[in-house]
Amino acid sequence: MTRTRMLPNRRHLLAGAAATAAAVAAPAIVRAQSGPLKVGVILPRSGFEAGIGQDCQRGVDVTPAILKSLGLPELTIMNGDTESNVDTAREHAEKLISDGAQILMGAFDSGQTTAVAQVAEQKGIPLVINIGSAPEITEQGYKFVVRNFPTVPMLLNDELAEQKDVFDIAGVAPKTAVFMHVNDLFGTGMSKGIHGLMPKYNLPYTILDEIAYDPAARDLSVEVTKAKATNAEILLVVGRLNDAMLLTRELVKQRWTPQAIFSMGPGWYENQYAKTLGKLSDGPISLVPWYDPNKKLAKALLAEFAKVFPDLNMNTNHVYTFEGLLIIADAYKRAGSTDPKALAEALHATNIVDNVSIGPGIKFDAKGQNVGLKCGAVQNRDGKQVTVAPKEAANAKLEWPMKSYQDRA
Amino acid sequence: MGLDVYLNVVVAVVLTGLVYGLMALGLSVIFGVVRVVNFAHGEMMSIAMYIAVVLFAALRLDPLVMLVPIAAAMFVFGYALQARLINPFITRPESSQFLLLVAVAIIIVNTLLIIFGPDAQTIQTSYAYDSFQLGPLIVDATKLYAGAAAILVTCVLFAFFRFSPIGKAIRACADNYTGALVVGLDVNRLYALTFGIGAACVGAAGVMMTLIVDVTPLIGPTYTLLAFVIVITGGLGSMPGALLGGLLIGLTEALAGLLFVPSAKSMFAFAILVLVLLFRPQGILGKSAS
Repeated sequence: MTRTRMLPNRRHLLAGAAATAAAVAAPAIVRAQSGPLKVGVILPRSGFEAGIGQDCQRGVDVTPAILKSLGLPELTIMNGDTESNVDTAREHAEKLISDGAQILMGAFDSGQTTAVAQVAEQKGIPLVINIGSAPEITEQGYKFVVRNFPTVPMLLNDELAEQKDVFDIAGVAPKTAVFMHVNDLFGTGMSKGIHGLMPKYNLPYTILDEIAYDPAARDLSVEVTKAKATNAEILLVVGRLNDAMLLTRELVKQRWTPQAIFSMGPGWYENQYAKTLGKLSDGPISLVPWYDPNKKLAKALLAEFAKVFPDLNMNTNHVYTFEGLLIIADAYKRAGSTDPKALAEALHATNIVDNVSIGPGIKFDAKGQNVGLKCGAVQNRDGKQVTVAPKEAANAKLEWPMKSYQDRA
Repeated sequence: MGLDVYLNVVVAVVLTGLVYGLMALGLSVIFGVVRVVNFAHGEMMSIAMYIAVVLFAALRLDPLVMLVPIAAAMFVFGYALQARLINPFITRPESSQFLLLVAVAIIIVNTLLIIFGPDAQTIQTSYAYDSFQLGPLIVDATKLYAGAAAILVTCVLFAFFRFSPIGKAIRACADNYTGALVVGLDVNRLYALTFGIGAACVGAAGVMMTLIVDVTPLIGPTYTLLAFVIVITGGLGSMPGALLGGLLIGLTEALAGLLFVPSAKSMFAFAILVLVLLFRPQGILGKSAS
């Protein structure tokens, strides 16, 4: 009996080598595939910030049609919920990455965004910040984090500059103001900043009284009584939706209409505010990051938003969430790969001129911050928002002084 | 600030304090008789608030008109809750009762979140923004109506406990549990009735509160805490104490806000609570355990 031994011939060797090479190269081939990019969108979808998180989600919902019309690649959205909590934000960012997210976007709240940014940097997965203004986030030297939203100093400078613009447009110089703000990190930070920056902008008014109130307040009658007692010409406010509604109700009931209400924060331009208060929501001016209604892409987004959400007005939350996804799709197209480093490099090289928000476009500095963003002065009019300043983004004339609450039907 | 500023604030706070007092009254009645601390009190109030919101949205029914029917519905809810769920826990350790009612509170909050979402809901009556001006005094119409309704409901409740046979039986049950059993009172049924009355009180207060504040699912825990502060200050188990506590806490918060820093209002209210616990642990109108 003879034993025949099968020796590998040249063909076998070549086939084996090809198979091995294919197996080794597989991840690179997969990464270079042009399938949808998996985007972990992490927002406060529940907890005390749930309303805002769900509003941001509306910006996600209107994005696919616009990206398609721009010829940008498709994105697969993976939802993450911070539960309005910093620790949960960190855990859910880690979970999204372990579930296959190739890039992250979020997270509205500065504290939660800071936690998500730390995870993104540790894991080497890019993060695009849609909303979140704590300056520290882009001061850490992170390589995988970019932000398309103004920092607190940018916001403050712009909001005070826009006030001057409004006074110039109205041809007025109010002498007195009363300042009401929520007594939390956001409100007190804004208060310090405003006091520090006021001399730089040479604003015409003196702040007669500063009234800090509990962000969870159920009743602001005492606070408004105190503000009314100052008899100030204008009311400056830094707060959120709930207190914006409480303050307005008290202004009406206590029969006090200042010449103008300037809001330097969310609340007064939000859909819930207009829906709840009807005609009483008209008049206040919000100094906020906003869309430029004259830009081509802004018009397209407005049309799509009106189609999907016919009963709602487009606002900051929708605009910056949309732009976050626009930045990601644009970077993915240029990177041509899902490789995190290639995506991060493409993000840093972003240069989108045709965007939605006010300002020259989307471009990041070495720290990953878009420093070109501008705030707008947005006035509530007939249940909608019109932009009254800066001039290049204005689409309506300013109404000054605001109509008395008592004269509205 | 002129005297008119203080006058306006005091009047507004007294009216709101009456509604707070009625809310706390429900908690005090339940504890005074059943000896169970209702940790789902504010959450039960939020149920009544949402019923009022839904009825207004669907049928444009004014909350003040719906006050009695909603209070009656809350009575049934409270009765069933006590008879079916809480009664087996009456003889168990207080920690078990605490966990049970906290669980009920969490279930209520999350159910409301699932059904109504996190956005604030509001009732815009035709008089929502009305106010009456009497010289320098401006009185908020909704607070005036709510305060008047709170006084009316409280008077009915006092009369019920003082003059009706069932009210007397409930008081007997609260005074001497064993004695009530000996004379043949159906204690379990009386406990369920009491819990129902407490729920009706907080339901009525909730309906009135919808005239003053917006409703969110997360409003419940805030009012549970407020009710506790009020009844502990006024005297746990004392009905007049609950009303007094409501007025006192409201006034303390308002005057602290006016004279000092509004954001520190709650600090002053809790300071009153600490002082009461230190110097009169049974509350201002509460009876000493000894």
